[in-house]
Amino acid sequence: MQQFINVTLTGLTEGMVYAAFALALVLIWRSTRIVNFAQGSMAAATAFIALALIQAGWSYWAALVVALVSGFVMGAVIERVVVRRVEGGPELNAVIVTLGLFVAIQAGIAIVFGSSFQSFPTPFGLQGFQVGDNRIAFTPTSLYVIGAVLVTMGLLVALFRFTRVGLAMRASAFGQEVARLLGVRVGRMLTLGWGLAAVVGSLAGLLIAGGEFIYPAYMDSLIVFGFVAAVLGGLDSPIGAVVGGLILGLALSYVSGYVPRGSALVNVSALVILMVVLLVRPGGLFASSTARRA
Amino acid sequence: MTDARTHGSTAVTTTGGTATAPALLEIEGLTSSYGPVRALDGVSLSAEAGRITAVLGANGAGKTTLLRTVSGLVRCSAGRVTLGGEDITSAPVEAMVGKGMAHVPEGRGVIAELTVDENLRVGSLFRGKVGREEFDRVYDLFPRIAERRDQPAHVLSGGERQMLVIGRALIAKPRILLLDEPSLGLAPRIVAQIFGLLRHLVDTEGLSVLLVEQNARSALSVADVGVVLNLGRVVVTDSARTLMGDEDLRHAYLGF
Repeated sequence: MQQFINVTLTGLTEGMVYAAFALALVLIWRSTRIVNFAQGSMAAATAFIALALIQAGWSYWAALVVALVSGFVMGAVIERVVVRRVEGGPELNAVIVTLGLFVAIQAGIAIVFGSSFQSFPTPFGLQGFQVGDNRIAFTPTSLYVIGAVLVTMGLLVALFRFTRVGLAMRASAFGQEVARLLGVRVGRMLTLGWGLAAVVGSLAGLLIAGGEFIYPAYMDSLIVFGFVAAVLGGLDSPIGAVVGGLILGLALSYVSGYVPRGSALVNVSALVILMVVLLVRPGGLFASSTARRA
Repeated sequence: MTDARTHGSTAVTTTGGTATAPALLEIEGLTSSYGPVRALDGVSLSAEAGRITAVLGANGAGKTTLLRTVSGLVRCSAGRVTLGGEDITSAPVEAMVGKGMAHVPEGRGVIAELTVDENLRVGSLFRGKVGREEFDRVYDLFPRIAERRDQPAHVLSGGERQMLVIGRALIAKPRILLLDEPSLGLAPRIVAQIFGLLRHLVDTEGLSVLLVEQNARSALSVADVGVVLNLGRVVVTDSARTLMGDEDLRHAYLGF
């Protein structure tokens, strides 16, 4: 029983990070129909910026803020300068461009920050909470991770639901031409969308880095997990991305916790889940029956 | 350069009496192409304030391209468009609604993922804060969409979608409304209802409408002026009543 609780809690925590990363992919997919394979490298870059600042004596929180802001700037600049040229074109072009960015940014990180493993701090403890006589696998850092993701999601929902900019962004994503005819600066909204998505992706990268080692490619597995989670949820649905992230987090945690030598099977399991979903429900668990881009 | 084309033999301009005052929307010698295909070939027409101007013609006559070129979605290679005397030929698409032109594109452009109310609000975004009473006014005009204001727009029927997009354009407070085939796929009863409402808005609120329609009979029944396009050129411009009575023309270009 205790193992079950521990494995579940670990799964939920990691699932929240996958959810955040999947959400970043979904935000970009919804607005520009591009799967941003560079998301992981972008997040890794911001984690290295944060680490450099922390090593220079900054507090974790100040470094976090700067990292998220630089994530925003990076996302916005990449959309405006590079991705804008392939938007609305053949899908393969966009895929190649984001794959190219993925490799280029990762190489850039290695050039600037080096490619050695460096430990990334966390502002909270890594020792599990005491419940009765047992220590559970749920740490103050886990709580911070879950809280940070929930707060971010709440802010995003509020932005999209209740603000004019949020409405303009949704209109731009779902009805580009109509939005332009109604005076919405669609280009600006897409840039903003990429910036916001990069913030969410960076947050996922910073959270998963806490208490771990980072290196230029440390986000690579998270891209796979985030992508699987996003596809699980239907790629179009923010709620689907979150649920997909949690399902994947739990599934992978059970695999690594219960299957003999399971921790070696985690990556494979994610891909098996992806294959099964694509075979059985290619639209994702939350595929909406509504007309897409009517 | 464009003048020669305007007065070319293809344009028969006989709109009576109002030639002195410049029309609200003036289109002169508009030419635009999709690749090698010249979709508009020196089209000139004017839409007067407080009138419904109907542009008619067969499929492929250039009607949709005309509206898309006027609102800047398609760039013209020659010609000029002025709205209220201001040259808007090369104004960006996003600026048009602020200048008083609301273009409802072909296929209606309901944003299916947003709710009915959100769709309306998109029409008000560029204006800053818009009072609730303006939305209520649109809902009063279209009670059928008022009932569904919090539902996603994809549940609406074709007629309701058309009402929603017209309402959304009205929220933008345009001086002129550009409508592309509003009757497409709608039951005659709904078409009559929508056209009747347009007529009412034009007569009571001074709205001006440039209407593109393949359904010439319905369009002429509501319009003041008709412009017939054929293969990207204006064939005839006349009062709707005269066009309605010209059997040869109707047979040749309008299909009824």
